[in-house]
Amino acid sequence: MTTIKTNLVLDAKGLACPMPIVKTKKAMNGLEAGQVIEVQATDKGSKADMKAWAGSTGHQYLGTIEEGDVLKHYLRKLSNEEASERKHQNLSTNEELDQRLASNENIVVLDVREEAEYLFHHIPQAISIPLGELEKRLNELNKEDEIFVVCRTGNRSDFAAQKLAENGFTKVINVVPGMCEWTGKSNRLNN
Amino acid sequence: MSIKAMTSKEVTKKVFNKEALFILDVRNKSAFLDWKIEGEKFAYLNIPYFDLLDGVDEILNKIPTDMDVLVVCAKEGSSVMVAEMLSDEGLNVSYLQGGMKAWSEHLEPVKVGNLKDGGEIYQFVRIGKGCLSYMIVSNGEAAIIDATRMTDIYLDFADIIGAKITHVFDTHLHADHISGGRDIAEKTEAVYWLPPKDAFEVTFPYQPLEAGNDIIIGNAPINIHALYSPGHTIGSTSFVVDRKFLLSGDILFIDSIGRPDLAGLAGDWVGDLRDSLYKRYRELSAELIVLPAHFMMIDELNADGSVSERLGTLFAKNHGLNIEDEHEFKKLVTENLPPQPNAYQEIRETNMGKMNPDVEKQREMESGPNRCAVR
Repeated sequence: MTTIKTNLVLDAKGLACPMPIVKTKKAMNGLEAGQVIEVQATDKGSKADMKAWAGSTGHQYLGTIEEGDVLKHYLRKLSNEEASERKHQNLSTNEELDQRLASNENIVVLDVREEAEYLFHHIPQAISIPLGELEKRLNELNKEDEIFVVCRTGNRSDFAAQKLAENGFTKVINVVPGMCEWTGKSNRLNN
Repeated sequence: MSIKAMTSKEVTKKVFNKEALFILDVRNKSAFLDWKIEGEKFAYLNIPYFDLLDGVDEILNKIPTDMDVLVVCAKEGSSVMVAEMLSDEGLNVSYLQGGMKAWSEHLEPVKVGNLKDGGEIYQFVRIGKGCLSYMIVSNGEAAIIDATRMTDIYLDFADIIGAKITHVFDTHLHADHISGGRDIAEKTEAVYWLPPKDAFEVTFPYQPLEAGNDIIIGNAPINIHALYSPGHTIGSTSFVVDRKFLLSGDILFIDSIGRPDLAGLAGDWVGDLRDSLYKRYRELSAELIVLPAHFMMIDELNADGSVSERLGTLFAKNHGLNIEDEHEFKKLVTENLPPQPNAYQEIRETNMGKMNPDVEKQREMESGPNRCAVR
């Protein structure tokens, strides 16, 4: 059994199409931008439909885990993170980070996306601390380390990098754009 | 306005009769592009149901009022929802009963000819998937060839015409649909025939179908000549029934030929396929009526909905039978092949008896078009 931390778990088990999507759509309305929902369904067709529905609405389809007859779909509510302005000055491209990883340098990759996003696709060396938990988990990181912060598009990692800098971390680099265009080595869960 | 259910049988009638129908397919786009209800005079609009949850306003002007409108989805639920929304806006629409699931399972029996000494041959058109199976009837006995898993349809049909099923055949080990042959044979205590070269991994007993077998159906001397014609699978076999009908399995279709890559390496079997089509079939009478195990496109249907053609006509018109250059032929059947059928490996294993999926799983494995041919 995999348990993934989410903001909401929706039970759509035993419901036939169109109900899983109808219920997910309603549940999404109650979520804040960027929050993650787990939808449990038994309708086999729900996987392709969740993916396609997310694509047409702008929500992020993260992936599906099958446990016996139950399909657990993970989606992240549309957020307008792309629009915000970045403040942290020390930047790296995806390619630069990939090269540093390839040469086995002593660097830390910090992934600040939600746990479900990380689980379905991440850089093998990356450690996961979602942005919302960073403040209280700063003690898991070393102030002297060179830390490359990644998220999906470079915005949550910008907030995280600022937070680290404020707290006395000196070698913090924001990776832009991040996982949405990552082509280097990665760990993926099914899908 | 209340909404009406339209059955797969009614839709099949519209296909056969070349009637007009407007299909609003509310499945997601990839499902629609992969596989849909085909009809010569059918028009289409594909909008996923989940894009209509907030209302149907934006598609109202795209739906004609001067032709029948059918809302289609995978299993019926979403099409009922959308049909009701359209009905609330004053439109007169139907939904497809049982959705594409039912469409995929619908079989339409069509009589394709009489046998010389009394008796008939029926073709069961699986209109949604393009699979064709056959029942040969003579003097109270029947043989079934390339049966689908919807076995009740054959059993009921035999019952109604008062025939006892005595022999069941599969021309080859199918990769695109689950065979009902073994099941029918068990229920009726008929003999189940399979080509042994396709059957070396099967887990159940069968009668080996090899060249030269003559099988009597009824009292009349109806001979089924098994004609060994490898290529699509190594054991593929064709039958000549009553010196009049050539059941060509997945070797030769009306407008295409079998693909050799579904059971192994295309390259290895190209020679066999060419041999079957260009030598063995050439030795047969051009007057034989070819009855294949599939059709690819709706325009291969005859006016009565059946799928058949004179062998001589196919030699003149089927592109796959008219490639002089062996190298070019090899290219056709090994390069640019269409995608392989959904779950074809699992289907093969089910037909070997190695897997026993439940009905729901079987449906899922068979969803989509058959894709057994190359053009």
